[in-house]
Amino acid sequence: MAKKKFDLIIRRAFLKGREVDVYVSKGVIAEIRDTQTEFDPEGAEVQDAFGLTMMPSMIDVHTHLREPGFEYKEDVESGLRAAAWGGFGAILCMANTNPVNDTAATTELMLEKARRHWPDGPRLVPIGALTKELKGEELAPMAELVRAGCGAFSNDGLPVKNTDLFRKAMEYASDWGKPVIDHCEDPFMAVGCGVNEGEVSDRLGLQGQPDMAEALQVSRDVLLAEYLDMHIHLAHISCRKSLDVIRQAKARGIRVTAETCPHYLILTEDYLEDPATQYSTLAKVNPPLRPEADRLAMIEALEDGTIDFLATDHAPHAAHEKEVEFDIAPCGISGLDTAFATTWGLVRDGVISEETFNRAWVTGPAETFELPCNRFEIGDPADFFLFDPEEEWEVCAATMQSKGKNTPLAGSVLKGRVKTHFLHGKKIV
Amino acid sequence: MKWLHKDLLDVSQLSRSEAMSLFDTAAHFQEINTRPVKKVPTLKGRSVVLFFAEPSTRTKTSFDVAAKRLSADSFSLAKSSSSLTKGETLKDTVLTLQAMAPDCIVMRHWCSGAAKFIADRLDCAVINAGDGRHAHPTQALLDGFTMFQEWGDLAGKTILILGDIKHSRVARSNVILLNKLGATVRMCAPRTLLPSTVRSWPVEVYSDLNEAVKGVNGIMCLRLQLERQKDGLLPDLREYACTYGLGPKHVELADKDVRIMHPGPMNRGVEINSELADCDRSLVLDQVANGVAMRMALLFLYMTRKGAEE
Ligand SMILES: [Zn+2]
Repeated sequence: MAKKKFDLIIRRAFLKGREVDVYVSKGVIAEIRDTQTEFDPEGAEVQDAFGLTMMPSMIDVHTHLREPGFEYKEDVESGLRAAAWGGFGAILCMANTNPVNDTAATTELMLEKARRHWPDGPRLVPIGALTKELKGEELAPMAELVRAGCGAFSNDGLPVKNTDLFRKAMEYASDWGKPVIDHCEDPFMAVGCGVNEGEVSDRLGLQGQPDMAEALQVSRDVLLAEYLDMHIHLAHISCRKSLDVIRQAKARGIRVTAETCPHYLILTEDYLEDPATQYSTLAKVNPPLRPEADRLAMIEALEDGTIDFLATDHAPHAAHEKEVEFDIAPCGISGLDTAFATTWGLVRDGVISEETFNRAWVTGPAETFELPCNRFEIGDPADFFLFDPEEEWEVCAATMQSKGKNTPLAGSVLKGRVKTHFLHGKKIV
Repeated sequence: MKWLHKDLLDVSQLSRSEAMSLFDTAAHFQEINTRPVKKVPTLKGRSVVLFFAEPSTRTKTSFDVAAKRLSADSFSLAKSSSSLTKGETLKDTVLTLQAMAPDCIVMRHWCSGAAKFIADRLDCAVINAGDGRHAHPTQALLDGFTMFQEWGDLAGKTILILGDIKHSRVARSNVILLNKLGATVRMCAPRTLLPSTVRSWPVEVYSDLNEAVKGVNGIMCLRLQLERQKDGLLPDLREYACTYGLGPKHVELADKDVRIMHPGPMNRGVEINSELADCDRSLVLDQVANGVAMRMALLFLYMTRKGAEE
């Protein structure tokens, strides 16, 4: 009997506009053929994917997993499960845990939890703190953090106020070749939180955060990156003013990359004023949802490459924490479960192209953070999922894998659902 | 008359004709307040909870008097005496209140949207007695009622709102109501105390008080929170008083029958000259008296509304 050539064959999947059979051997893509009528599995495991579309596993470079410290909101296991079901094969998790991820011990704990719960699950890449305890006072031990497995550095929710220290942090991090991610928020301008400063915040009587607060810090970062000739990655960009600065910076050859999140592409501040959802803390997010003109500008910027890719800023919170007065509710939207369906919806509606979608969730983050990804070329890792583009599902506690059910999409019906997910040719969902 | 609204969260919920019928009802109750025995059995056996998470003697007393004059039982839940200080969430407080089966909850809270939050979770009527910077509908209604009694139709009248508009729920609710009633609204304050998008509001905006007062029929002064200076919004109180404090020379520039209002409590000598507060053009005490009548009207309509009668 001949030695089996393939471990796994996905039959009749729809990939980039054609129906194909995908052959996997030893965890990598071995062959992609147009579907044949004559078919001999030669002993390989066969999965029939008729009616399903194949997509490379997505990468989310901005999630909050909450472990250690806030496991009631999310833990490594539930976060990875949400990622896998959401179509993500790799996620980077932020350092604002308790303790903060500013020592090898914390990084190792996260990685050990991931390995123990799910050795074949989505790849977890912790992001180390840029400063100790995220206090913005002393540099974190970045060499130690890289050796422990951190893939980037960020003070995410607590941007470094001291520009000189931030410069030193960028310089120090550059020695270890890992990107610095900045949450752009001028610390003095951004006193309000969770709602854009504008007509909606004025009518609702909420202290708003001006888009200027973001754009000012974007400008600072761009100037620093140019001065130091270093790369900087800007997290969850939300407004047109920032895009103008980034666009100019890129034109001048400054090494800046930027992400935005699905919620800035599909929602606006109007959600907070709609009679049905007025003052809903589910839409309290930092940076805040902006007006429609900004939403349209974000879509355009994603399409033209000013925005390099997407990230969820997955920020799970417990129900009781969100069911409070707007002023005291924490910011954040649980995003891993819904990111694929919402952004694929933009492709389906012709708002963004499929190529943009692929750059947004696969090649863009992979290039910036030097992660392997599947471009469906021979030898690429067999990381892909199959989804039913027609399946409709209602976003609710029961359909979400994350512990965090906090999403303004709760109750809405999305179209397109992940049915099965393979990493290195092994089925994880 | 049948009242269909369950809650009063802001005046934006009310139509012009509903506001006018509230004025009619308040005028009816005003008469009761002039009788030797100021009490009617209208709401006997009904209960009102006064839930004030932010201290307010005036509004709370006004509602308490209004409830008692209608023979309703009123209960207070002040911030100090409630579990709020022990870290209980607003949701738990609401569920506790619900279990006590009140007919109406009057709430004052320091968070914008808090009234909506509890109204969504309670079966009984909720009357917003001020939520954060958002809305103060009963104040706007009593102000509107006071002006209506003074002038009748408000169409053609120009009202100046003067002072810290940015942080004022009174100003927000008054702008909405006065527009509904056909009045022209002006605003005057330093730019730091105006909402960022005030230019898109249906008002005329002034920075010079001498210009702002020209020909106006009514001037509504707002209370200045003295800590605004520490927030960096003002250089100092003296400059504010000299520039935006209402004084006799301003009144000279206004309509000869101009009326002066203030929701209280006043900082005499800061936002308003002390003699002006007490002069015969001042409606400050009428506002207080009308506040009781308006709140009687509101308690009556919301507690006997359709669906609350079973
Ligand atoms: Zn952030």
